[in-house]
Amino acid sequence: MSRDRFERLTARTLVVPQANIDTDQIIPARFLTTTARDGLGKAAFYDWRYTADGTPKNSSPFPPDGPGERQILVAGPNFGCGSSREHAPWALLDYGFRVVVSSDIADIFKSNAVKNGLLPVEVPADIHARLLASPGATVSVDLESNQLVMEDETTVAFEVEPFARHCLLEGIDPLGHLLSQDAAIAAFESEAA
Amino acid sequence: MDRVSERASPRTLFDRLWDRHVVVSETEDHPATIYIDLHLVHEVTSPQAFSVLAERGLKVRRPDLTMATIDHSVPTLPARPDGTLPYATEAAARQVEQLQANCAQHGIPLLDLGDTRRGIVHVIGPELGLTLPGKTIVCGDSHTSTHGAFGALAFGIGTTEVGHVLATQCVLQRKPKTMRVTFDGALQPGVGAKDMALAMLATIGANGGQGHAIEFAGEAVRTLSMEGRMTLCNMAIEAGARVGLIAPDETTFAWIEGREFAPAEADWDAAIADWRTLRSDEDATFDKEARLDAAAIEPMITYGVSPDAAAAVGKAAPPSNDQGARDAADYMQIEPGQAFAETAVDRVFIGSCTNSRLSDLREAARVMRGRKVADGVVALVVPGSEQVRRDAEAEGLDRIFLAAGAEWREPGCSMCIAMNGDQGAPGELVVSTSNRNFIGRQGKDVRTVLAGPATAAACAIAGHLTDPRRYMEEMRDVA
Repeated sequence: MSRDRFERLTARTLVVPQANIDTDQIIPARFLTTTARDGLGKAAFYDWRYTADGTPKNSSPFPPDGPGERQILVAGPNFGCGSSREHAPWALLDYGFRVVVSSDIADIFKSNAVKNGLLPVEVPADIHARLLASPGATVSVDLESNQLVMEDETTVAFEVEPFARHCLLEGIDPLGHLLSQDAAIAAFESEAA
Repeated sequence: MDRVSERASPRTLFDRLWDRHVVVSETEDHPATIYIDLHLVHEVTSPQAFSVLAERGLKVRRPDLTMATIDHSVPTLPARPDGTLPYATEAAARQVEQLQANCAQHGIPLLDLGDTRRGIVHVIGPELGLTLPGKTIVCGDSHTSTHGAFGALAFGIGTTEVGHVLATQCVLQRKPKTMRVTFDGALQPGVGAKDMALAMLATIGANGGQGHAIEFAGEAVRTLSMEGRMTLCNMAIEAGARVGLIAPDETTFAWIEGREFAPAEADWDAAIADWRTLRSDEDATFDKEARLDAAAIEPMITYGVSPDAAAAVGKAAPPSNDQGARDAADYMQIEPGQAFAETAVDRVFIGSCTNSRLSDLREAARVMRGRKVADGVVALVVPGSEQVRRDAEAEGLDRIFLAAGAEWREPGCSMCIAMNGDQGAPGELVVSTSNRNFIGRQGKDVRTVLAGPATAAACAIAGHLTDPRRYMEEMRDVA
């Protein structure tokens, strides 16, 4: 299956500084009664974007039709905590984000994100504080060199799990990797039996 | 490291479980391939995984190591006179039908609607003896950490990984670091596992276990019932850890023996002998440690919008200058310095994979027996499985709840995730035995306070936040 590749992106940032933004914020549970993975952008941060009667909130940090040039979401610490729902990265991607930056990003969310072409970038606290303080800044994220370049040209190295990075750069689906290990899996099964 | 020194070096329980399941070792270039002994499937996080199998023409490798149940989207109200269920939406009904069709197509056993063994995925695994020490267990649900209470390596996965396990019975994983959380001393009467979990979260924070597999240890853990251990491991994910673990012991073995899928006769003796080896060496070291004084833990509640915003219910909301905490206080309408007892309660939910087992319902019933739910409070009691429902009804717990003015529902996830129609109204304050107090989790603008079953029941009776021990003392006096 083809995947969205990710090499580099230069875009502006959309900042939501709150800590512990959980998967229920990213996509409320009532949107999980779907059997598809497409079209979830409307549900992204739904309760931040719409009032109870479905009218867009003027106060929302999220524009109604997607982030436009602001494809880099900069969020407070412990972003994506909560459930294992992969609907969260699906919704963010469909809404228009390609990168999420925080000081720390929750484990399962990070794992789900890379499998779908959404790049999670964890940066040191001082850099994080500067990004949070400058919404709309133009930032470059380069996965080939593992570097984030800030508007003032400050360059920060970040780490992405090497296999996930490889899959993102090449547009590879990790299922192919697992399927290629069929003989080892069969051997493990016969030994265990 | 050569083989001899590898064998000689002390290992943690986590190391032992991990090493047993490595199919292909981890390298710098790729994660380890880990074999999965039990894959639990439910209706919400599986449809897109089955779609990928269909697109690629793949089969389910081991339907015999897979078990499906229906829990998240299913109504907890009884069927209508025509036999149909009152689903919240058409989409919810379609999701259930999709799981039924996928299981039929791939030969996956399904605890379908009407099956006497159906229930919440993390309740039925242990109940049926599917959850066993030494197994690797995954599910597309973050609270899969629950099964670690049995000394199983259990963790939540995303839908893409659900597809991986369906197709290959394996997942790709980097080995996490290890953390030990030790509860020294004994709990006070009236304090339970949920209080331990909330006290831990208040101590280490919502990301205190991030990147780590937590092993729970200490006297208060060893003396917990299996149900209590499941509650504690269930909440490990709320500290950012995917895995919670407790070494299996006699309590574990006694709980498992005789269950439907548990080993029997000669297999049982062999299994026990093996399970006794599943522990951390005395001199094993952990990457991170935390210690709590169990005797100092009181009945706990949360007052903010993250599970680590937890404090003793008998006290007041702690002061804070942090912007996030002030925003949370605005949302919750619980001001710093305000005594929790001043906070009125609109709704109480007793249920969820954290606290819907028989012992949880007994605890709630002990408080509600002979009392009435306060005027204006709606109380919902939702058993975790059909088995829990039957056992509770056999003991008359349902009649205690109904006499108190609470509702007694059909099994399911219900108001924990609130995607089946069970939810609070905007602005309501809900005391909930579930695991998450996130904004909007139990309905738009609903304010969630997490608590153990006795505390939740006490709040229903009092009509405001309160320490459950006030009712337990009265009960002792009566006796």
